[in-house]
Amino acid sequence: MIWATIFMALREIRRNTLRSVLTMLGVVIGVGAVIALVSVGRGATAKVTEDIGKLGKNLLTVSAGTFSRGGGGMGISAPPLRIDDANAIRRDVLGVDAVAAAAASSAQVIYGNSNQRTSVTGSDNSFFQVRAYVVEKGRLFSRAETQSGAASCVIGSTVRANLFQARDPIGETIRVGTIACQVVGLLVSKGQAGMGQDQDDLVVMPMRAVQRRITGNDNIQSIFVAAREGEGTGVVADRLRALLRQRRHRSEGLDDDFTIRDMAEIAETVTGASTALTALLGAIAAVSLVVGGIGIMNIMLVSVTERTREIGIRLAIGAFGSEVMLQFLLEATVLSTLGGVIGICFGLVGSYFAANAMSLPFVLAPDIVALSFVFSALVGVVFGYLPARKAANLDPIEALRHE
Amino acid sequence: MAQSRSLIELSGVHKHYGEGESEVRALDGIDLRIERGEFVAIMGASGSGKSTCMNILGCLDRPTAGEYHLADVKVTDLPGDGLTMLRRHYIGFVFQGFNLLARTSALENVELPLVYRRVPRAKREERALRALALVGLEDRIDHAPSQLSGGQQQRVAIARALVTEPEILMADEPTGNLDSARTQEVMELLQQLNRDSGITIVMVTHEPDVASFAKRSIVFRDGQILSDTPQEEHA
Repeated sequence: MIWATIFMALREIRRNTLRSVLTMLGVVIGVGAVIALVSVGRGATAKVTEDIGKLGKNLLTVSAGTFSRGGGGMGISAPPLRIDDANAIRRDVLGVDAVAAAAASSAQVIYGNSNQRTSVTGSDNSFFQVRAYVVEKGRLFSRAETQSGAASCVIGSTVRANLFQARDPIGETIRVGTIACQVVGLLVSKGQAGMGQDQDDLVVMPMRAVQRRITGNDNIQSIFVAAREGEGTGVVADRLRALLRQRRHRSEGLDDDFTIRDMAEIAETVTGASTALTALLGAIAAVSLVVGGIGIMNIMLVSVTERTREIGIRLAIGAFGSEVMLQFLLEATVLSTLGGVIGICFGLVGSYFAANAMSLPFVLAPDIVALSFVFSALVGVVFGYLPARKAANLDPIEALRHE
Repeated sequence: MAQSRSLIELSGVHKHYGEGESEVRALDGIDLRIERGEFVAIMGASGSGKSTCMNILGCLDRPTAGEYHLADVKVTDLPGDGLTMLRRHYIGFVFQGFNLLARTSALENVELPLVYRRVPRAKREERALRALALVGLEDRIDHAPSQLSGGQQQRVAIARALVTEPEILMADEPTGNLDSARTQEVMELLQQLNRDSGITIVMVTHEPDVASFAKRSIVFRDGQILSDTPQEEHA
């Protein structure tokens, strides 16, 4: 019986194709909007998470001074970090995978008649490990180069593109500020980071070379710490804080005069905000789904009036009221479910192109697809109920007399 | 069963509409027996109560007072779904306006009552084809009502009424929308069905010509039976 009724409902829908399509449109748009918005939103979230991940996994960054909200920037009075601080962290803090101290500066780099200003980082090979840089061509620093502070450098792909265009940079000599420096390695491009900075626009040299020949002091600006996988970055950050307070003689009651940035924490905050935004967008789109349901109810009510005679015939030849009700309920449900399926297709195709246009990853959201499907079927049941009941309660004599 | 009953038995049936001053007595004490195999014409002017009587006989409506027995079932005691079951199993309807489903083939129209009786698909088609053959429309099964003449449409409606093999065929002004040639054609079909298949036919009409095809003629006036006479079968 149920199959015969579904078949009947399908035939009824096909019999009035244009009206059926228009009826479905509300649900199509509603479901399409939900799918598209949630997919794009999740794509954005994934993109942000990925970008932050590119800065280095489980990365903690220590720098001297504090960021004050008042706009004063770094506290001027804070003593700089030293290489000993990095060594102490490596030695004394539990749950640390790698530590890289970095002396940072910026300088003009010149090759032939190409030149650009870029950031120059003095560190050792652990810098690449902690910041998740990989060599594309050439090599990292040798032990001798690191120890002696040789004038060798590893460059990022942006610097390579600016100075060398398509040529092979390995073995060439570039000028970094005032010193001549041999390119020994080229890094794989990491692309833009979450906050828009170009992570490939850098030159890395052994720390001693930078300190001696560019900055002229033995300060280090940052210590990058990679927390061990599975170790909470928060816990490691607390240990770091305790160690540094002790080393920098911050007595009880004094604020930190250094800053620890926890990438995982930042990532969590940003993804959290992005997820909340996605949910909000989805909820707004869901409202249009309800509006679509009301559209179905509207058309079904008109349809009941229009088909009053037909209902009268069915009742007269022996249909139960409940069977007529089932027929109209199924018609509404089939319409809304069909609309849901079409909406899912549109939503997926739409979000695929939208993701491409915004250079976001395309994220298939199976849970939302399933949810939209169930919800659209439910819309038909809920909004089909009233018209169906109206049809079932018709008096066959009245219905047959209806013109 | 204390006594063997007729197929249809109405005793003291009243149908009143409205209340108090404005009360209308559409049926005012009807006693009527119809046996199996009869062909009865119910006549009367409009407002005489003949359509109301038809609705009650067809289990589409309930009397205000009185008793109705159909095939030994006391209809007046049944709940609403019980009336539907009686319609399903005992009664086939033919209406003045044909009342076929538009944009639906003759075959599917005829199959419709069987759908509600949960007859399997293959069986449904077979029986519908047989019913259509009975009314002489076996070569029109794929035509929609709009592609058929009035007489053909009414024959499809008769096939739809017959497909369930009912005890009674209820025809409400079956020729009201037809010209005289088609009227002749449909009435001869009804007569032949009554004679050959022994099906009981109760037909409402206001045309004496049409009524003359029946074996018995009952005339209503003001909610009461004015006359009830057997008549010669029309040639």
